Amino acid sequence: MSELRELYQETIIDHGRHPRNFGVLPEANLHQEGFNPLCGDKIIIHVYENNDIIENMTFEGVGCAISMASASLMTECLKGKSKQEVQEMFDAFHQLMTERNHSVNDKLGKLAVLAGVIDFPVRVKCATLAWHTLKAALAHESYVVNTEESLK
Amino acid sequence: MKKSRVTVQEFINAKHAFEIIFVRGATEGINLVAQSYGRSHFKAGDEIIISTMEHHSNIVPWQMLAEQCGAILKIIPIFDTGEIDLEAYQQLFSSRTKIVAVTHASNVLGTINPIKKMAHIAHAHQVPILVDGAQAFPHMAVDVQELDCDFYVFSAHKAYGPTGLGVLYGKAQLLEKMPPYQSGGDMIESVSFTKTTFNKLPFKFEAGTPHIGGVIAFNESLHYLRTIGMQNITAHEKELLIYTTQKLREFSDINIMGTAPEKLGVISFVFNDIHPHDIGTVLDHEGIAVRAGHHCAMPLMERFHVPATVRVSFGLYNNQSDVDIFIAGLHQVKRLFS
Repeated sequence: MSELRELYQETIIDHGRHPRNFGVLPEANLHQEGFNPLCGDKIIIHVYENNDIIENMTFEGVGCAISMASASLMTECLKGKSKQEVQEMFDAFHQLMTERNHSVNDKLGKLAVLAGVIDFPVRVKCATLAWHTLKAALAHESYVVNTEESLK
Repeated sequence: MKKSRVTVQEFINAKHAFEIIFVRGATEGINLVAQSYGRSHFKAGDEIIISTMEHHSNIVPWQMLAEQCGAILKIIPIFDTGEIDLEAYQQLFSSRTKIVAVTHASNVLGTINPIKKMAHIAHAHQVPILVDGAQAFPHMAVDVQELDCDFYVFSAHKAYGPTGLGVLYGKAQLLEKMPPYQSGGDMIESVSFTKTTFNKLPFKFEAGTPHIGGVIAFNESLHYLRTIGMQNITAHEKELLIYTTQKLREFSDINIMGTAPEKLGVISFVFNDIHPHDIGTVLDHEGIAVRAGHHCAMPLMERFHVPATVRVSFGLYNNQSDVDIFIAGLHQVKRLFS
């Protein structure tokens, strides 16, 4: 139960049920779709990028509590960040998902609530779908991000 | 291998042992029929009938064949209970209908389809019927002559046998008319650079060295099932189905998908707005393995307007205390997510 509580913290349940920044973004100039074909999770990220800064970001989609909460928290944390900073956060988040190294927690702030995912390897893809989709958006990729192809 | 072939023949009551073709799984069996029978018999504008509740493995091979030869897929609708709309099924037939491919039992809904009736209707239109028995075979007695289906496929690994092995049963007169699916060793009678003559059934369809070890092992699986008795397995799983369905109905916010009176021990459900994968993770933590997702039946998910479901299914080794742990796990899900 403790592992489960660690995974499904209140923040995650809350963001999963009431995702922030959910919906379309009229001023967005970047749109990217992400898909996990194994579970059917779908996400679309809308970004308004100006001079390499993420001025605003929203998302739409359907998925589990982990994927929705992760996307919601990501949009909250990355608003106002530069592309360089986003890349650094991406790397730190990736580390959080794959290594038991808590030195990244400070950098990640609120996102560290997702640390429990590491104990549930099959759920890592749920937590990282939004991040890979955002990365592709910022790289101006034209393909749909697919967890079974791009996330190694 | 010969022994196993005879065991399978007896198990499904095929007329001849040479009507039993060993393949890699139910999927390959369907592909074999689509590519060998379909490609040699279908022309542009011909029609293939499948149902809404098919597994992707009984959709995609027909879709690919349709693209190759210009045929059209026609889909049998189902009722909200998860049962085939037999009247609509009859209406789908035309002079261009070339085959019906339908699952014996749904891997999502558990519905057991009225195959005998459906075969009778297809035959009245001179159309053969392929039955996907992947879900049904390990859970109920199958008699292909009684069902009067033209093809029946299933996988060994779902019947407590090895992976990478399955069976295609086909009526001899159809199999004989069909060209080989793959070519190579074992499937030939004689080869020269100008002419090759093909081996007789079943070897015509078993090119290359077969999965000998798997075939021999599967013989043991079937003996095991026979010792227990398929009727006993069906009765045992039915009991668990009834017990679990009753327990699930006590949750006001659980919605069961598939309420046909004729059901295998398979229950798909959605639980409030809690995503099936989150439910799956909690149950897994309690040692209960369920499947969460679209179950390789995305069109069926669309039919019921859900992205995914949780599916609990029973094997002959399950008992009531497993179900009690499962139900306790669901209460925990409720606590975590409320």
